[in-house]
Amino acid sequence: MNLTPILTPLILGAGAIVVLLADLLAGKGNKTVAQVVALAVIVFAGIATVAVWGRGGPAFYGQVSGDGFASFFNLIFLLVAFLVVLTSPSYLKRSGSNYGEYYVLLLLAVLGMTFMASGTDLLIIFLGLETMSISLYVLVGFHKQRPRSNEAALKYLLLGAFFTGFLLYGIALVYGSTGSTNLEAIADYVKAASTPLGGYMGIGLALLLIGLIFKIAIVPFHFWSPDVYDGAPTPVTAFMSTAVKAAAFAAAMRIFYHPAMTLGIPWDKALWVLAVLTITVGNLAALSQSSIKRMLAYSSITHAGYLLVGFIARNELGASGMLYYLFSYGFMNVGAFTIAYLVNRRGDGSYSLSDYAQLGARNPVLALLMSIFMLSLTGIPPLAGFFGKFYVFSAAVQAGYVWLVIIGVLNSVISVFYYLRVMVIMYMREAEDLKDLERVPSVGFAALVCGLAIVLLGLFSGSLLEVARNSILTIL
Amino acid sequence: MNLEFLSQIPLLLTIVYCVAVVAFVFLFVLFSNWLERKISAHIQDRLGPMETGGWHGWSQAIADALKLLFKEDIIPAAADNKLFRLAPYLVFVGSLAGFAVLPFGAQLIGSDLNIGMYYVIAISSLVVIGILMAGWASNNKWALYGAMRAAAQMVSYEVPVALSLLVPVIMSGTMSMQEIVHNQEGYFWNWYVFRMFPFSFVAFIIYFWASLAEVNRNPFDLPEAESELVAGYFTEYSGMRFAIFFLAEYGNMFVVSAIAATVFLGGWQAPFPFLKFIPGAVWFIGKAMSLVFVQMWLRWTLPRLRVDQLMHVCWKIFLPFSFANLMLVGLWAVLWGK
Amino acid sequence: MESVFFVILAVVTVFSALMVILQKNPMTSVLFLILAFFSTAALYVLLSAPFLAAVQIIVYAGAIMVLFLFVIMLLNLNRIKEEGSPLLKALGMMVAGMLLVIAAVVIRSTVIPSDSGFVAGTEPGFGSVEAIGRSLFTTYLLPFEIASFLLLAAIIGAVVLAKKKL
Repeated sequence: MNLTPILTPLILGAGAIVVLLADLLAGKGNKTVAQVVALAVIVFAGIATVAVWGRGGPAFYGQVSGDGFASFFNLIFLLVAFLVVLTSPSYLKRSGSNYGEYYVLLLLAVLGMTFMASGTDLLIIFLGLETMSISLYVLVGFHKQRPRSNEAALKYLLLGAFFTGFLLYGIALVYGSTGSTNLEAIADYVKAASTPLGGYMGIGLALLLIGLIFKIAIVPFHFWSPDVYDGAPTPVTAFMSTAVKAAAFAAAMRIFYHPAMTLGIPWDKALWVLAVLTITVGNLAALSQSSIKRMLAYSSITHAGYLLVGFIARNELGASGMLYYLFSYGFMNVGAFTIAYLVNRRGDGSYSLSDYAQLGARNPVLALLMSIFMLSLTGIPPLAGFFGKFYVFSAAVQAGYVWLVIIGVLNSVISVFYYLRVMVIMYMREAEDLKDLERVPSVGFAALVCGLAIVLLGLFSGSLLEVARNSILTIL
Repeated sequence: MNLEFLSQIPLLLTIVYCVAVVAFVFLFVLFSNWLERKISAHIQDRLGPMETGGWHGWSQAIADALKLLFKEDIIPAAADNKLFRLAPYLVFVGSLAGFAVLPFGAQLIGSDLNIGMYYVIAISSLVVIGILMAGWASNNKWALYGAMRAAAQMVSYEVPVALSLLVPVIMSGTMSMQEIVHNQEGYFWNWYVFRMFPFSFVAFIIYFWASLAEVNRNPFDLPEAESELVAGYFTEYSGMRFAIFFLAEYGNMFVVSAIAATVFLGGWQAPFPFLKFIPGAVWFIGKAMSLVFVQMWLRWTLPRLRVDQLMHVCWKIFLPFSFANLMLVGLWAVLWGK
Repeated sequence: MESVFFVILAVVTVFSALMVILQKNPMTSVLFLILAFFSTAALYVLLSAPFLAAVQIIVYAGAIMVLFLFVIMLLNLNRIKEEGSPLLKALGMMVAGMLLVIAAVVIRSTVIPSDSGFVAGTEPGFGSVEAIGRSLFTTYLLPFEIASFLLLAAIIGAVVLAKKKL
């Protein structure tokens, strides 16, 4: 049996159980053990991912593939998870919900994601998505004493279950019209079919797509995301806005980049509209937010729209650009949320922008890091955010979607306003009462790592793009 | 008389068999109702019904049944009329459907499904739905409490029941009731309860206890605890409908005992091969009836559990034990064969 | 004989599925949902998949329905009233109508290829416990194992959310 393609999830699954037991043995009140073990598991899984990079090949009757594409995404998930685990404990302690199960659920969510990225069978992708979602429903509601957290969890659960129905119905229709859930077998069937398939299969694929873009929060399936992102514990929000989107995009790319899956249906036209809507709606809503958490929530909708531009382009640069974008976006957003959490001095979950007044004077390092994140999210060169956008937009131009890119660039200009506003407040505005920030070394360290990564990824964007280019060979 | 020709027309045979089973259920319920009265009386050092019909009040149950039939049928004004009427039949159907796969003899079986065991577990969920329906439709808080308790209890105890029933399934490698019985042929030490000692025996014990909860019998009779809930989910029922609930209840008692007899106690097999001349049905009913007797005995001996104790017993004692038991049996089967 | 049963069951399934959404009383619609599940289970039996039928009953008609009933009983049923503006209603109807048209067009335009080779229940042992067990532990081993992790996540999640003090 070839276990290489599932090596990463295997370690994560075993690790989750080890964390559960370690947490039990460590006794009540001592949750550091769970965190440390979880970090070790993630590092171990990361090493394993790099060690077998792209050498997995198809396995388990062609249901999974450990190709470079899967490895690349696994690395994204693990990096984000690492940073999130690093930053979580102080939030959990403050919210009075410091339980070891948090890390277990996080690891299981990552396990689900790895299957979404490596699954080459709709069944595996579905199960991966559900494992991820179920863990997330709980993680969103982890701050049990906070009504908003409960509300967010319930909203996410109800809508998530509803859209799982879409996804599953889509899979059923695809299975019904082709007789298989395996992507290769479906493609073979479509190619060999005497009459062009459309109809049921088309509806099935459309429903599949809807199920996936719900998780990415593409307009018009985005209504849940601001509330859920706002209500969830901040580290979980950081996790959701990056890794979950990456996972859903991975599954979507796996399924829809397969040449046979177009069926001659103009997907790009429909997605074109969605991309424009997503970018614009996210942007306009972000403009008027006074809470940084909500602002980042809407901004993550916008970024999903930019990523969709790369998805629509459907070419080599688009796909590798998306990989690059998702990789660097993980650092940007996790970093921004980390600082948002550090600065939220009242700890009441309001995350007001006015908390940032004079941050530049009070804590220059944090202010600098936040500036890097904001600039990178805006897309200012030479930071990683710029190159991500640059790659997906040039891919779209290559594919002939000039107007889409123009709208995207115009929106980027709008977004400058709300990203830079944070910097303006940090450096220009007078603060009413100055208070020292809580100092949490691990969280500061995570933010520092994010900041450095963004700068480095920007400086060496070419090499990461090269890795991404090699990773997408198997799916295009 | 040669009855061979009947097998030529299976539909007719099936109908005859169904009628026979229903008749059997009625007789069984009448008998066990009388039996329960007598057992309870003797356990409490009194005589019980002695007058009706003469010898030891043998026709007391019949008189009771007649009384129920002629009683006024009351449907509370605030009840959900349709559901109120439907519920008892649903419960009864759920209980009766279990009889379809009970092997009364080598040939006497409604349908020897290859998923017989699984079917039994599945069909018992119908009873829960009926009970919930009854409790809700009555629009009475005691009835609703009873129904909620019953649902919680039956759903929980389904798990250890299923896990311990899987032990004989592993041992015989089939879910067909008849084949499981055939695999226990010979002397009584070939019965599954005595094989793979002690795992199978543990499974038998767990099954029997958990099945008491499945049929809401003491010490797990919280759903119809008369001292707390009047009569639980059938508080508002009277007359005929009450009688149907009663039938279903006793029918269920027989079903769970009969399943235990089938999969653990050799079903219709005689304990010694030389006793084979006695028909299988006698053995089968005899074994099932002795288990029914134990159920009654327990009812009049043990006190009732509290709700939290009930759940504790299920999830923290029965479940882990039956699970470990199942794993060990699986291990045994892999290492030393069945 | 089989087609007679099929027609009866199909009618019952579709009818009860419709009643689920047409009934005003949620309790009744849940009970119709159970009926729909049961008749679907019976359809599985017709397709010579008795194991699947039993699974259907255990999973849906049993566990999920009980949960549904709990939820419904904990809701305050008498308070549920028709809500929403007429505009929203009209909009909803319009969207539904459009979907119906699309579905109709799609169904009409779909040509099921004659070479589609899937016919249920042909080989011996199809749908038996053995066959399902074998395929679960060979072809579908990986999905089976992922499902176990899915359930692990669900169990942990349920305990985390439901328990007051961990």
